[in-house]
Amino acid sequence: MASPARYSRSIDWVTVGLYALMVLLGWLNVYAASYSPEAPAASLFNFEFNYGKQLVWIGTSVVLIVVLLVIDYKAYDTFAFVLYGVMIALLIVTPLIARPIAGSRSWLELGPVRLQPAEFAKFITALAVSRYMAGINLRNQNWRDQLVLAGLTLLPPVLIVAANETGQALVFGAFLLAYFREGMSPLILLVLAAAALILILALLVPKLWLVAAFTLILLLIFGFNTRVLRHHLPLTLSVWAVVIGMVFGVDYFFNSVLHDYQRKRIEVLINPSADPLGVGWNVTQSKIAIGSGGFAGKGFLQGTQTKFDFVPEQSTDFIFCTVGEEWGWLGTMTVIGLFVALLGRIVYVAERQKSVFGRTYGYCVASIIFFHFCINIGMTIGLAPVVGIPLPFFSYGGSSLWSFTTLLFILLAIDAYRKQDLERY
Amino acid sequence: MQYLEGRKFVVMAIFLAVAVVFATRLFYIQVLDGSYKLAADRNTLQRIVQTPYRGLIYDRAGKLLVQNTPVYDLMVVPREVKTLDTARFCQLLQLPVEDLRAGLLAAKTYSRVKASPLVPNLSTPELAAIQDNLMDFPGFSIKARMARSYQDTIMAHALGYVGPVTPAHLEKPKYAKYIAGDNLGISGLESFYEQQLMGQRGVQYRMVNVRGIEKGAFRGGEFDTLSRAGQDLHLSIDRELQRLAEQLMAGKRGSVVALDPKTGEILAFVSAPSYNPNKLTGKGLGNRYMELLRNPERPLFDRPLMATYPPGSVFKLVNEAIALQAGVVTPTTGFQCNWKLVRCTHRHEPPNNVNIAIKQSCNPYFYQVMRAMVMRGRSTRKTEDAALGLADWRQQVVNFGLAQHLGVDLPGERMGLIPSPNFYNKQYGKNHWNFRTVYSLSIGQGEIGITGLQMANILAIIANRGWYYTPHFVRSIGKQGPLPQFQVQHRLPIEPRHFEALVPGMQEVVDGRGGTANLASLADVGISVAGKTGTVQNYHGEDHATFAGFAPAEDPKIVVAVFIENAGFGGLSAAPLASLLMEKYLRGKVAPWRKRWENWLPGPADRFLSRRH
Repeated sequence: MASPARYSRSIDWVTVGLYALMVLLGWLNVYAASYSPEAPAASLFNFEFNYGKQLVWIGTSVVLIVVLLVIDYKAYDTFAFVLYGVMIALLIVTPLIARPIAGSRSWLELGPVRLQPAEFAKFITALAVSRYMAGINLRNQNWRDQLVLAGLTLLPPVLIVAANETGQALVFGAFLLAYFREGMSPLILLVLAAAALILILALLVPKLWLVAAFTLILLLIFGFNTRVLRHHLPLTLSVWAVVIGMVFGVDYFFNSVLHDYQRKRIEVLINPSADPLGVGWNVTQSKIAIGSGGFAGKGFLQGTQTKFDFVPEQSTDFIFCTVGEEWGWLGTMTVIGLFVALLGRIVYVAERQKSVFGRTYGYCVASIIFFHFCINIGMTIGLAPVVGIPLPFFSYGGSSLWSFTTLLFILLAIDAYRKQDLERY
Repeated sequence: MQYLEGRKFVVMAIFLAVAVVFATRLFYIQVLDGSYKLAADRNTLQRIVQTPYRGLIYDRAGKLLVQNTPVYDLMVVPREVKTLDTARFCQLLQLPVEDLRAGLLAAKTYSRVKASPLVPNLSTPELAAIQDNLMDFPGFSIKARMARSYQDTIMAHALGYVGPVTPAHLEKPKYAKYIAGDNLGISGLESFYEQQLMGQRGVQYRMVNVRGIEKGAFRGGEFDTLSRAGQDLHLSIDRELQRLAEQLMAGKRGSVVALDPKTGEILAFVSAPSYNPNKLTGKGLGNRYMELLRNPERPLFDRPLMATYPPGSVFKLVNEAIALQAGVVTPTTGFQCNWKLVRCTHRHEPPNNVNIAIKQSCNPYFYQVMRAMVMRGRSTRKTEDAALGLADWRQQVVNFGLAQHLGVDLPGERMGLIPSPNFYNKQYGKNHWNFRTVYSLSIGQGEIGITGLQMANILAIIANRGWYYTPHFVRSIGKQGPLPQFQVQHRLPIEPRHFEALVPGMQEVVDGRGGTANLASLADVGISVAGKTGTVQNYHGEDHATFAGFAPAEDPKIVVAVFIENAGFGGLSAAPLASLLMEKYLRGKVAPWRKRWENWLPGPADRFLSRRH
């Protein structure tokens, strides 16, 4: 192992700085969200409050970081599959032994500490798929390789859905971005985007109009060019059939596949005033809190909507409301700017990796953080359905902070050793 | 691999696209759209209105007439109600169990954490029963609120009453600042002086959390205002005089107005039949109001202000003063008591001057006075001459405060009617009427209507020899004195000597041998009363009796105008009633030998009819 000084020089301090800034800002907002104007003198280290506990999580995260950086980077590569196996076992066991909390059996209780294995499934799966990716080439379109990769990616979310944590399962969709970078056909992304677009349109626009419009577009592209039509008739027809099926299948999916509460969350997205005191409450109050912040915000600890419990889950999933209310548009822009900077830096770090393993893992990290950023902020401002996932580094919670810290610092560890490897030769 | 490395830009573009969408959306909801800020205030701000202490009302002597007393509501906070001993609770309050259940359910529906009234307006025994045992019933509390209470049973009409603001009120811009549940003065002085009595509301903004529980002042109370108590009203009403007047009017229909001619201050103001003002306050106000409204005697009708009658013979004084000013007659002018022109009241000495005419209330005399006033020969056609003369006459008459709102400080005053030539033109056609058509006006009958208050004001003008202050109740609002309009002297364009000429005749009415109001004489206690009786023909029943006068004649300190419906001859009922009031006010007591009147006058009006002239 290299000397500590040399090692510390090879750590990517830009990422570390961004991380520290986000965790610090996150803690300030958790403090504001749990601050009570009636008992303002409560100690910062009062562990009955979220901000006190969050300090403990931050402290333990520092220890965790040191451990992660000290471990030989090769261990992550070597033990990826072992970790993956252990994690799958935990995911299977957890629902069987856990007490139900908030409708799902996904929390393991070790004394006073509660851990959610699903949180850690993210970085472990990222390690495992990166490791597998290093041995294959996605561009070769080897069916067997692709199936194994799909299996590795899909097994954890399936188990997580079984434990009733749909939100956490959706995160695994983010891996597609990493696979795209490693050579997955862009068609898959395009088709998925198109499918999402059609589903959304099917909910918003009368179905017959949609069918008519789509048929017209197909006719314009292929219909007047008989040569193209002759060559691609089966493909054209099957695309047409699939789209029509989707348009009319939305209702079935909506009514029969989704749970009641899931359906309502999507309905509220389309029309927030449909049920202002029921399911729409969270979204409406969250938007009111953020919207009332104005340009410069109400000031630190001056938020009323978050203080007086109008916003639910205000220190965990809806922490962004406190940012919006107390720091205004300037505050929300700062947070979005920090995320864009971090994501950019992670992509930069990933691109400078020499190994496919390192690069793929870097992209997985970026994709997972991006997905959380996207859905969490999207739901607080009414652009995404309410899915219970935290805002990385900002939301209160030990599991989430530890898991994002681990996710990020494994990448930094791999990156740091990469530089040392270079120096060795 | 070069090809794949380009894909990092695609990934970054996706990241940036989402960031830009978020930034735009946030800019819209945080900076551009103000509705979220309003929604936030609606969420957290609770406006608490502090109702100020309503101003008190005092009489002339500075004694309390109207005050505020607390009434008690039993409140309940449903969330805090634990293991309620229903049986004991209901027994203490004498409340049916079903009512309690329904009340609790209603309270729960309203809010689980806010107090709502369970039993409003607790009676004293109920309050006593529950208050000592409140400890045993967590969640229940007593809340005091202020209601009007009256020290006396007098003056219901002038004082008016206070009641809850109605939705109909709230729609009017005048009541924009009121909120449902507020009280306001609905009639009488309570309504006229609402602004002053109400004071200024205090508003406090409290922040509440999602469950409606208070979380302290908004911005440290920057926008809070303190309530300011209403101003007290000091009335010119003489309580003893008012009480005597009401007592004397008991069992009759009619009005009494007494005022101080030098200031226009109203000393007594009676509308009979009356009611106890305590009926229109506190629990069950609505029911009792409907009861009064449906009463065939119409006790809510404010007669001195709203009932207009032909004034009868009292009006002869007005006609005489106008004719004297016009120069068409002099005090020594004599006319024949010519029954062919109009029937006279009775056979009497020849009216050789105005004194005799007034004393005897000679109808033909005043017929001829008015004819001299109206028919001035300004046109060869009698109809045209009558129209021109009547117009002149009316112009003078309205100066007495007739056919207009006098402007007393009570709402709902009637104007009354003094007919103009147009009035008759419409009825008969232009040039199709002459003096014979309108001659009834000369003796105060026919197409003429004045209120009891206007009648008193006419007498005040005569007492002052030509000027008056607008009659009013309030001598002082707080310590600021009366409203400015009550400090303006109105002077009539009639010389004082013409009024002076009326007074000897009016004294003869009371004190002269054979005067129509001999029963009103106070000569035995050295007070000279000047007045005029009236007997107003009434096509619907017995004549109405009137008397209006002032005393002492040489330096008047009190004017009294009495109007008793269906009581026949004015000299018998109205005149002695007025003189009792004058004596009471001027001497502070009634002479022992006149006490019998105090016992005899109260009672039904038809008692006077047997001894009719």
